[in-house]
Amino acid sequence: MSSADARRLSLILLFAPFFLWIAVLIVLPQLGIVGVSLREKIGPGEYVFGLANYSDFLGQPIYWNTLLRTAVMSILVTALALLVGFPVAYYIAKIAHRRSRTALFLLCLVPLWVSDLVRAFGWIILLRETGVVSTVLQATGLVSGPVELLYNDATVVVGLVYTVVLFMIVPLVSTLDGMDDSLIEAGLNLGGSRLTVFRRIVVPYAMPGIVAGCIIVFMMTAGSYLTPVLLGGKNSMWFTEQIYNQFITRYNWEAGATFGVLLLAFTSIVVWVGLRLTGQNLASTVATR
Amino acid sequence: MTMNVAAPQSPLLRWIYRGYLLAFFVYLAAPLLVAGLFAFNDSQFPSLPWQGWTLDWFFGEADPKVGLFHDRRLIEGLATSFKVGLVVSALSVLAGMGNAFLFERYDFPGKRYLYVLMVVPLVIPGVIVGISILVFASTIANGVEDALGWDWSLLRPGLPLVVLGQFSFLTTITSLVIAARLRKFDIALEEAALNLGAGRGRVLATITIPYLMPALVSAFIVAFLVSFENFNTTLMLVGSEAPLTITMYDRVAKVGSTPVLNAVSFVLMVGSGVLALLSVIVQRDPKRGTDD
Amino acid sequence: MFDLQCQNVTKKFGALTAVSGVSLDVPAGSFFSILGPSGCGKTTLMRMIAGFETPTSGDISIKGRSVVGTPPNKRNVKMVFQHLALFPMMNVGENIAYGLRCRGAGKAEIADKVRDVLDRIGLPGVAHKQVSQLSGGQKQRIAIARCMVLEPDVLLLDEPLGALDLKLRERMKIELKLLQHQFNTTFLYITHDQSEALVMSDNVAVMNAGKFEQIGTPQELYHRPSSGFVAGFVGDSNRWRGRVASAAGAVCSIEVDGGTVVAASSGPLARGEEVEVFVRPEAIAIGPQGSAGGNNRMAGTVDSLLFNGANSRILVRSAAGALLEVDSPAAGEDTPLRPGDAVELSFAHARTLCFSAAARP
Repeated sequence: MSSADARRLSLILLFAPFFLWIAVLIVLPQLGIVGVSLREKIGPGEYVFGLANYSDFLGQPIYWNTLLRTAVMSILVTALALLVGFPVAYYIAKIAHRRSRTALFLLCLVPLWVSDLVRAFGWIILLRETGVVSTVLQATGLVSGPVELLYNDATVVVGLVYTVVLFMIVPLVSTLDGMDDSLIEAGLNLGGSRLTVFRRIVVPYAMPGIVAGCIIVFMMTAGSYLTPVLLGGKNSMWFTEQIYNQFITRYNWEAGATFGVLLLAFTSIVVWVGLRLTGQNLASTVATR
Repeated sequence: MTMNVAAPQSPLLRWIYRGYLLAFFVYLAAPLLVAGLFAFNDSQFPSLPWQGWTLDWFFGEADPKVGLFHDRRLIEGLATSFKVGLVVSALSVLAGMGNAFLFERYDFPGKRYLYVLMVVPLVIPGVIVGISILVFASTIANGVEDALGWDWSLLRPGLPLVVLGQFSFLTTITSLVIAARLRKFDIALEEAALNLGAGRGRVLATITIPYLMPALVSAFIVAFLVSFENFNTTLMLVGSEAPLTITMYDRVAKVGSTPVLNAVSFVLMVGSGVLALLSVIVQRDPKRGTDD
Repeated sequence: MFDLQCQNVTKKFGALTAVSGVSLDVPAGSFFSILGPSGCGKTTLMRMIAGFETPTSGDISIKGRSVVGTPPNKRNVKMVFQHLALFPMMNVGENIAYGLRCRGAGKAEIADKVRDVLDRIGLPGVAHKQVSQLSGGQKQRIAIARCMVLEPDVLLLDEPLGALDLKLRERMKIELKLLQHQFNTTFLYITHDQSEALVMSDNVAVMNAGKFEQIGTPQELYHRPSSGFVAGFVGDSNRWRGRVASAAGAVCSIEVDGGTVVAASSGPLARGEEVEVFVRPEAIAIGPQGSAGGNNRMAGTVDSLLFNGANSRILVRSAAGALLEVDSPAAGEDTPLRPGDAVELSFAHARTLCFSAAARP
């Protein structure tokens, strides 16, 4: 076999598993849930194509509200994660000395490997009525009785920010790491104040990292389950929870699939709008990952 | 000492900055510390007051203090998580290796778009990956049952389906990790091996794969960790045998769970930390040699 | 007789012709260099000999047998790569043993051969060391040993000295020549550094834009270059442009800025043709020398003194404004000349070369 033929054969051999993986595990199943979402059950075993599931969804205000609420809170969490995470990323990338930089970065990575469940569990122990914070507050006399800090929106937001902030910090660190100090020096030398230099040099430079981080964080937050449900309790009203309910408790796969498609579509639209507003495009941000 | 231009210049601002960072790391550590610490509290509830140190929540045998290692369901969950983790990590490292070679060594039409497609599984929310594979597998299983009357249990909710579901996005991670290392490979090493008489298979086995080994190990560890702690996708696909995360979730949702869950958290944290450290050490470069 | 032969080898990459109709015969046991600037096609030619590229047309034979159809891992030409390509995951001994292992040699035989070759290159006992622990010069020798232990018909060396610093490079040139004699294997060496080619080789081929301009011994290339490119590339030369005033066989009279110069040409030149004139710094003498019948004369002023030990030169500005480099007359000792002195230069007709200045395609 000539070497050109051998090369073509090995290309086919390598491409086949890749193609199978993407087609069978990603593309087809996604198309599948779109298909199921368009299916209406009009009798046992009887199905017909239609948009009834979607009109059902729009007709029930609770579902629509939950989706909106999830999206709005996710945007809030993303913004907070950016605000909280940027100074940390900036410190690690630019200010810390070489040796402490690796140590700090590792410190940031370790919580990532611990399960969502353990993290939510930790917050529960801290914040519930019989938890650490409540007991400490009572002991110092700041409150008179046990205080329930769980089961409200603020806690859910804090918990979500906790879960995702590290995913914001990692792309920021890798983008900021590439920035030469001399850019800042040049900005100062040309007469800019520190704020101007930050606003007009550092932030635009870091923009690809910021956008990448925001996309990751937003999708993660919108799709997260454990943190909003465990920390928010019965009135958490998180859209992912609805999807689970439809599938697991009610066995209504059509509705569940519809919700899934809606979640995917909605979050994609938000991401697209965000990309447009900041003037970036998807290709450049994928490249930075 | 050289001036760090990027840092705030006034000492007050510097201290505020440092204070902020300290607060941040406390924020990061607090829930984990609390979760792990109360595993050692000699009390029925994972909360204050502190009633003394004990290892009962790990090794205790009798009710009401059944420790982690004597809790049947939890141990089973741990074993299941291990089984699933090892299998799915091995599979995704193999697949990732193939994908890495595919994208680093070959050119084909649509390569750019297919590369984006490869990254997509990580961006899709885990719950959607779960439901899509559940629906797809059930559709096929139903079709097979209707046509042939045979119940293809592999495609019903259970461990095989969990492996498939996790495999779908773990492969993206392993592909990226291995491809990053392969990109740095000097192709002259392969040509030198060929020149010295090695066949293509031998070159792969003695030169390329040993070079890739740190990335393969690191990818395996990362895949194992992500698989072990995965919840969203696994919940949709799980059958009667449940991995640890699902088992623990059932317990947490119930009121009045014992600190045995803290023991589980502690073990998970220590285990994850050790493995994560390993995966970083394995990828470090060896020292350079002397010059003339 | 000939260990390596290329017949009319051509290689095209799409519209680009990297190598065009190259033929060479390398006598057994000799040191043959291919000398040329970056991008002239020498690396492509070497890769074709090693088997990593296939010629578009032409034939390559090793010890009389054509190898164009043989895959790269079955040819008996071994290559020392530009950055050496020593395997970082193996120690020195395993690197050297690699080719023997591929051949299926036994453990005892491998151990013996590795020890032998390490002795021959002057690094006994380093087999257990890691590659990263060696110095640049030592790595060079290990790369060569890795090939030589397989007793190849031809050893290919792809600019191996480029990464070394100057002093080490000078030392390695001599070492390579000695190694070649010691192993008595045919060496094919490619480089862009003309001093490497001249010092080490028995024969040199000068390559430019995919073609061989001249093949010959270093002395032939230096004293009797056959084209303007070779004259300018090999060794140092003063050069300037002119026009043929009259030609009588091999002797021409060239009009240059500021006068006429009589030169020797290697081929027939037509009247009015644009030419380039080359004179080596060592061929120019300061002060009137010999009869005007055999020498060109030029008047000028000393511009500056370039001190470089035994290689000192004097920059002279001619009356017409051209700058000439002339070897300093009292080699090693300080010259009495000073900048601004008026001098007269003379150089023999026979050592003034001229070539057509027509640009090569």
